[in-house]
Amino acid sequence: MTKRKLNNIIFKSLTFGAAGLLVIILVAILSVITIKGMKAMSWELITSIPSGGFYLGGKGGIANAIVGSLYLGIGATILALIVSIPTVLYLRVYAAHWFASIIRTLLDILWGVPSIVFGAFGFALMILLGMKASLLAGTITVALFELPIMIRSIDEVVKMVPHELEEVSYALGATRFETAVKVIFRQSLPGVVTGSLLAFGRGIGDAASVLFTAGFTDNIPHSPMDAAATLPLAIFFQLGTPFDEVRQRAYGAALILMILVLAASLLARLLGAKFNRYTVK
Amino acid sequence: MQLRRKITDFIAANAMLLATIFSGLLVVSIGGALLFRAWPLLAANGIFNVIFGAQWSPSNGLFGLKPFIIGTLWVTGLAIILAVPACVLAAIFLAEYAGPKTRGIIKPLIDLLSGIPSVIYGVWGVLVVVPFIADILGPYAAKHWHNIPIISTDYTTGFSILAGAVVLAIMIAPVIITVADEVLRAVPREVREVSFALGATHFETITRVVIRKALPGLIAAVVMGVSRALGETMAVLMVVGNVPLTPKSIFDPAYPLPALIANNYGEMMSIPLYDSALLAAALFLLLIVLVFNLLARAALNHAIKRAA
Repeated sequence: MTKRKLNNIIFKSLTFGAAGLLVIILVAILSVITIKGMKAMSWELITSIPSGGFYLGGKGGIANAIVGSLYLGIGATILALIVSIPTVLYLRVYAAHWFASIIRTLLDILWGVPSIVFGAFGFALMILLGMKASLLAGTITVALFELPIMIRSIDEVVKMVPHELEEVSYALGATRFETAVKVIFRQSLPGVVTGSLLAFGRGIGDAASVLFTAGFTDNIPHSPMDAAATLPLAIFFQLGTPFDEVRQRAYGAALILMILVLAASLLARLLGAKFNRYTVK
Repeated sequence: MQLRRKITDFIAANAMLLATIFSGLLVVSIGGALLFRAWPLLAANGIFNVIFGAQWSPSNGLFGLKPFIIGTLWVTGLAIILAVPACVLAAIFLAEYAGPKTRGIIKPLIDLLSGIPSVIYGVWGVLVVVPFIADILGPYAAKHWHNIPIISTDYTTGFSILAGAVVLAIMIAPVIITVADEVLRAVPREVREVSFALGATHFETITRVVIRKALPGLIAAVVMGVSRALGETMAVLMVVGNVPLTPKSIFDPAYPLPALIANNYGEMMSIPLYDSALLAAALFLLLIVLVFNLLARAALNHAIKRAA
């Protein structure tokens, strides 16, 4: 009897330990990046672009990568939204059951495709279209990468909209399109906001998809056809140099990227909760 | 007025259908485009020679992917070995022991962990994991484990399979825990109550009843972790050393497939078939991940049927 009770206690402690380990690792990652990043943080780092000899330890900052990443992340999220919302609404309102299930299976498979494969595909596409590595090519590639993430999270909330609501709208004489936009989309708005922010966070943090498609430059891009620097690549390149000053800036860039991503995820939670009050349950 | 609304509906329906077909066919076009670009190499060298060829020497026209496939297997395999026990235990804690309050704290933390970008894990790996292996674990292994295969070493820089696997294990933990937790919670309450009523302890109930019932779902969770691990690029690339030799120990460096693509793409235009070889690597990666995803889906479907 005591042995069985002992086993019970040991097992419970083990599971508790495993969950605790996870929390400790998370705290360790956040604090190491924060401490290292804060040491490298300066006004110059955030606001200026690299000057001559930057990668040898010269002066300058990573404003090029911050602005590039924001352009790219926002552009890609908007592009992905333009395709995701009609897709999800079509699946809910118009699509026959068999068609919807084929598309959902294909989307599930797409969801698992690694970002490096998106990067390779984007590059192949770029060559096919005769484009150079640019902000536009990078944005399109990241948009494709964000697409399955966004569709899945929006689809999940759209599925939750009660069928009665849809039926009431039809009974009032609304067309399917009117129902889709004015009832179902309106109801799922919190999910759309959350999904977009989630996809934005994933898109802005992904390096493998922009590695060959967005290029890299020390300047802030002025047109979609210019090459654009991004934070993940700035971190990767700077960490790869043997100079301590340059590596320090990689830690600073990592902290900025982490703050951007965490802010997007926090905002998603807050806005999701705020908008949720206005939907019919 | 009626007509206009009907026309709007018709146009909108078709426009939305177009978006839907685009999204659905994207994965097919990715596969198709990669196959199309990889074809010149596969036709010239033969699929078998590309996958099982041990020589990677682009200037001699040799594009054997075997060292990279083996690198991927080592890193992914070790990551799974490290991650699965801890993740399943953590999921059991969440699903069986934790109250709503504790769940409310830990679940968002897990979401947070899954949202951290790959490069950040890479930076952390370079700052913490690599030095730990180089300065503490490596020398210890050189002293005490020199007769044991797989974990013996003479000297390690820290940039190793082990470093890649540790970082990877942390990155796939949220995937495995989230799915495992859902699967465990899907096991009906009555099943546990019957077991308790027979006098079983919570430990006995979990190991002999709940886990047994949830097994297909737990396998699906692990397979999902595997498929996520296979394609992970940046974090692993930063800590794994990138040397295309067949490793003998977890302290040796390796060169996984995604790292090969990331490191060489864009610089290969002057060598014939190089670009084709890298896209063949991408195609191969896509196919492996696809197989694992389909396996996970099958296991999950089985789990849902079994739970019902």
